[in-house]
Amino acid sequence: MTNLPTPSERFIQGILPENPVYRQLLGLCPTLAVTSGLKPALTMAVAVAAVLMSANIIISLIRNLLKPHLRIVVFTLTIATFVTVVDRLLAAYLYQMSKTLGPYIPLIIVNCIIICRCEVCASRQPVAAAAADAAGQAFGFGLALVSIAAIREVLGTGMLAGFQVMPSAWPQWVIMVLPPGAFLTFGLLLALVNWIDSARSKKGELEG
Amino acid sequence: MEQTLKGRPPGLAGGFKNSNLAQAWLILVLALIFGAALAAVQVNLSQTIRNNKLKESLDRIPELVWGADEAAKIQSPNPALDIAPGTVAVQKDGNTSYYPVYRVSLAGRPAGWVVKAGGQGYADKIELLIGLDPAAATITGIYILEQKETPGLGNKIALPRWRNQFNQKSTALPLTVVKGKSSTASSIDALTGATISSRSVTGIVNRAIDDLKGRLNPASIRFSERQP
Repeated sequence: MTNLPTPSERFIQGILPENPVYRQLLGLCPTLAVTSGLKPALTMAVAVAAVLMSANIIISLIRNLLKPHLRIVVFTLTIATFVTVVDRLLAAYLYQMSKTLGPYIPLIIVNCIIICRCEVCASRQPVAAAAADAAGQAFGFGLALVSIAAIREVLGTGMLAGFQVMPSAWPQWVIMVLPPGAFLTFGLLLALVNWIDSARSKKGELEG
Repeated sequence: MEQTLKGRPPGLAGGFKNSNLAQAWLILVLALIFGAALAAVQVNLSQTIRNNKLKESLDRIPELVWGADEAAKIQSPNPALDIAPGTVAVQKDGNTSYYPVYRVSLAGRPAGWVVKAGGQGYADKIELLIGLDPAAATITGIYILEQKETPGLGNKIALPRWRNQFNQKSTALPLTVVKGKSSTASSIDALTGATISSRSVTGIVNRAIDDLKGRLNPASIRFSERQP
């Protein structure tokens, strides 16, 4: 148990250096499925953040009771409980949004980001680190979702979060709000992130 | 890690410590706690969720019966507006299906009917409301309650621009879907790129009207208890 990252390191890492979507390529199902508009993407990001935070804290609190061969069962049980709570809350207080997101809220249960954070961080580190990790990863996930959703919604419908932002003459690129648009946008953004990264590391090598 | 079978005879000695029950105590305890928590959430929220669904239907009813402009004038809460929920049982091919229907009246005079119907769409089930005049001879409007059709194509069935085509159609003839511009009184324009979604909606409307023909009268409807 030596040299595990500190809480602040965990938080920073989650946002860009270990961004769950762009660096770890986890949680791609909701990333591709609910990013046709900014509003559903934001709701999904908040829902995942709530589940991730709750699960990380609970798992961190009981980390010394976990038996290695049964840990995944405990993770799944905990995650499923919080996802169900979030699903019910959405249906009660954000009914239209819960209808828009449909099955993707229950599917947070199998979102690898959360089970990965339970395994990598929460089952090994105290609550402060686990909470910081959850916050960082959730922020990173939200950032990724919002970046993809903003591009898709603007190009596909000319609107952003339901408001017209492009001139009305904009020929709506319907493909951007369809599934292929999700793959295109995600692929191009991923390439961009990798390009920036390699450019920066090259510059670092030259200077250092 | 600390519990290994090494050096321990299998069976009686240390049996309990290695039994499945002892291994899984944490899971059992967590399952109990989480189960209780979920039950509490369900008890607290189920009424709100049910009301949300009911409210979505009820909110649409004036618009479906009178059209959007007229409905804005009657907007609820209006003591003269009465919406009586009920169900109609339809027996067909040995199966019984139940249609939720709402009898709408204003100041004691019948204003129309709203029927909830559903069926398979292109992607998933489509659920919609159909407004009919008091004699059930003319469609006064439809509203899509639930659909998961392709965004950008099939989901346009929910837009007023498309669904308003159903307004003022007669229920005497089944509606048909045509590509391009519709010409006859009983045809519906298909959405470009979403012919199947368009057909599904039209099919659901046709079937509901056919099933309910002659049954939209107080004798065939079992009215449910009023909720305050």
